Amino acid sequence: MSFLGFLKPKKEKRPPVSGQDRGILVFENTSEVIRTESLLKAEGWKIRVMGPPPEIRSGCDLVIEFPLIEKLRILRTLNKAKIQPKEIVPVINPLLQPVDLFQIKDFGRYLMVRAANMKLTVEKDTRTIVNVSGGGCPDVPYLAKQMVGKTLSESPVPRDIGHTLCGYALQLAFEETTRICCL
Amino acid sequence: MLSIVGTIPDNAFPLIAGNITMEGEELCIHGRKIPVNRGTPALLAAAIMTGNMLDQPAPFVYLAGDIGLGNGSRQVYEYLTGHVGQSDANAITFHYLQPDVDWHNKIMFALDEMPKKPLLIADAGYMYAAKMSGQSEAYDLFTPDIGELAFLADEKAPHPFYTRGFILQEENRAPDLIARAYKYNNASRYLLVKGIKDYLADKRGILETIDYPIDDAMEAIGGTGDTLTGIASALIASGMKVSNSAFIAAKVNRLAGFYAKPTPATQVIEIIRQIPRAIKETLTKTKVIIGNEE
Repeated sequence: MSFLGFLKPKKEKRPPVSGQDRGILVFENTSEVIRTESLLKAEGWKIRVMGPPPEIRSGCDLVIEFPLIEKLRILRTLNKAKIQPKEIVPVINPLLQPVDLFQIKDFGRYLMVRAANMKLTVEKDTRTIVNVSGGGCPDVPYLAKQMVGKTLSESPVPRDIGHTLCGYALQLAFEETTRICCL
Repeated sequence: MLSIVGTIPDNAFPLIAGNITMEGEELCIHGRKIPVNRGTPALLAAAIMTGNMLDQPAPFVYLAGDIGLGNGSRQVYEYLTGHVGQSDANAITFHYLQPDVDWHNKIMFALDEMPKKPLLIADAGYMYAAKMSGQSEAYDLFTPDIGELAFLADEKAPHPFYTRGFILQEENRAPDLIARAYKYNNASRYLLVKGIKDYLADKRGILETIDYPIDDAMEAIGGTGDTLTGIASALIASGMKVSNSAFIAAKVNRLAGFYAKPTPATQVIEIIRQIPRAIKETLTKTKVIIGNEE
């Protein structure tokens, strides 16, 4: 699950995440998770965005799972970028996996793509975003306000201005819509 | 009187508590104008219009600006814990708020201390927090869409983003999902599930299916769920039974959509404009005989 994974050039191979030797980076809000994910993926780290374990769940969270043995090197990377995790804890139990299925609805002139609880609708000919629906976190109305009426290429990207899991889901819908419209 | 708790998608919007009205097509509170678009503003507009048709007082709202960082939501939570006890609301609707279990529980304590606990309605982020806190049964009405219903049905998911894959988010699975949500105590007293067909349900199962008028385009229009919750909230606060309110709200919302001649590009304000006409027609024609529980 990545925002930027396929866009970034491949760098030095890092050790994969495996077995029980994993930790999680916990952040104050989802926008910090998104920023950290972009940074660490760009540096070639094998990390995954996951759901937090119940004991540290507060409501609308994502965490970053990473190889625990690389903790110091990862922290150095984050320090350089002035990113400070709220907490770093080892993984004891399986983490929740984000939804990764898309549902597509073709309205003829319009196309709707759903990722988790978020739906993005575009006019096919002009690639203009005509509606954003679904979701329940407070950045959703804000994202809709910023995106509706703009083309996919003009629109701000949800990962840049969203802050919650709903914003993250909208990013996935945005990427999938862009992919379909470019076929 | 109806109270509504939510957020405005504008970081500069301050914490405000007070009665809200509509002037033209804008919301108006303490001299501030709020444009009506999807989110809490759409819910507010629908609730005000419905209340006006029933000669109800203007809703009392608790609002703050929040674009997803949660700062406005926390301001609202803090204010509410200190002030909701003085409220004379008979129904409170919680809407677009950053899901936060700790704050949810503090508010529930404050509500429990009220001399007469109001009817509780939740949608959007606050419904997520209610489910995650394990207190869904304290609510009288949730208004999920099919994806959110799957989340309620998944006893392990803390957010719709983590609903497990085997819990299929398909319209034809609604009866199973409703049963599962009640089995794990993750549903409110009534559920109004919005979708191609709307379902009114309680722990006994589906009570009513509302599928007319039908228009696929409604699913794509951001804010149609907000208007549904707003209409239902205003009807409940007017004294109508929760089950009847939910049933009528579903009919009104669908009819308002139908009158707007929607396409997937229609904006929610075009549907809100049709609410008075849809309410008038629905209340004239509908006999409500569902609930006998209140």
